[in-house]
Amino acid sequence: MDPRVNVIEDRLKEVKKIIAVAGGKGGIGKSTIASVLALILAKAGHKVGLLDLDFTGASTHTILGFKDFSFPDEDKGIIPPKYHNISYITIENFVESHAAPLRGEDATNAILELLAITRWDELDFLIIDMPPGINDTTLDIIRFIKRIQFCIITTPSKVTIDVVKRSLELLKDLDIPLFGIIENMTYPSEPVAEKIFPEHFIGTIPYDETYESAIGNPERIKESSIANTLVNFTKFCEKMC
Amino acid sequence: MHEWALADAVVTTAKKVAKEENLKEITEIVVKIGELQTISREIFDTALQEVMKDQPDLLKNVTCTLKIEPAAFKCRNCQHQWLFADVKASLDDDETESIHFIPETAHVFLKCPECKSPDFEIIKGRGIWVDSIVGEK
Repeated sequence: MDPRVNVIEDRLKEVKKIIAVAGGKGGIGKSTIASVLALILAKAGHKVGLLDLDFTGASTHTILGFKDFSFPDEDKGIIPPKYHNISYITIENFVESHAAPLRGEDATNAILELLAITRWDELDFLIIDMPPGINDTTLDIIRFIKRIQFCIITTPSKVTIDVVKRSLELLKDLDIPLFGIIENMTYPSEPVAEKIFPEHFIGTIPYDETYESAIGNPERIKESSIANTLVNFTKFCEKMC
Repeated sequence: MHEWALADAVVTTAKKVAKEENLKEITEIVVKIGELQTISREIFDTALQEVMKDQPDLLKNVTCTLKIEPAAFKCRNCQHQWLFADVKASLDDDETESIHFIPETAHVFLKCPECKSPDFEIIKGRGIWVDSIVGEK
């Protein structure tokens, strides 16, 4: 029996909502939306944590401009460093700028270790940035965090929508709560997710040409149209707040 | 792994087993730990004593034994096998600390000594198991 599994619930007992930001494909904006969500929720006065579980392609630190790659403080576990009022854990704290070539079983063990040693303490939201696809990390999170909810990111592309359909089928079969679906990068193509997933649709984020230049600058990101769009999702805010 | 987190996990697991098995007292816990977890026995013992301060009577006479399993690797590229003990000295302090917190970062800081591939398997000496819990009903 692996004793680490038995303490995860206790480590997360003071976290009110745990939301995995996921999507079937890479490059659709999962890390951006996870990072922006964390920023705008913290700006609104909520206690927020951000956990980047995309070990092989971690990028929330680049989006947020996080450069302090020192080890987290220790006190009966590790204490996530605070960055723009976000309690933040990324594998970059431990490997800095090196590649982390972890196969499935290694990633599972790394997730287990992080969840067992990290003291999140009291949070309103823990946002988890997931790697692309339905893979070991998805199954691990479902296994280790019983209260997990998924926020699925899609784009208008048929390719992404098709993968999202399959992801939803799996979550339904496993009886995992779906927080909602966000369509990203919509302009200039027509929004499509609302028609296909009306029950769970949260909203559409138009393609933002200025976003690239805001990467690395949290203050500019908080003022970006992506952030403004996320804040304005009525359905989203009702569920979140 | 962080020693305090490990001690807490071991005690939590023992209490869970006691409840499932209707044990009134737990007398012995044996924990097997992979060498790659880089646990200090001394720090673990100190952490365990601290964790035990607030525990119920069913744990008051327990002894906890750690058994550390040496870590060994096998390269997927050239099949070469080697021991963590043979390469540990080549790691700097930060790399050792990273592996202490997350053992899988060994894949970041270690490479096959023969072909330099980072694609190796940890064939033993990883992870943590509560090997046995002895108690009385």
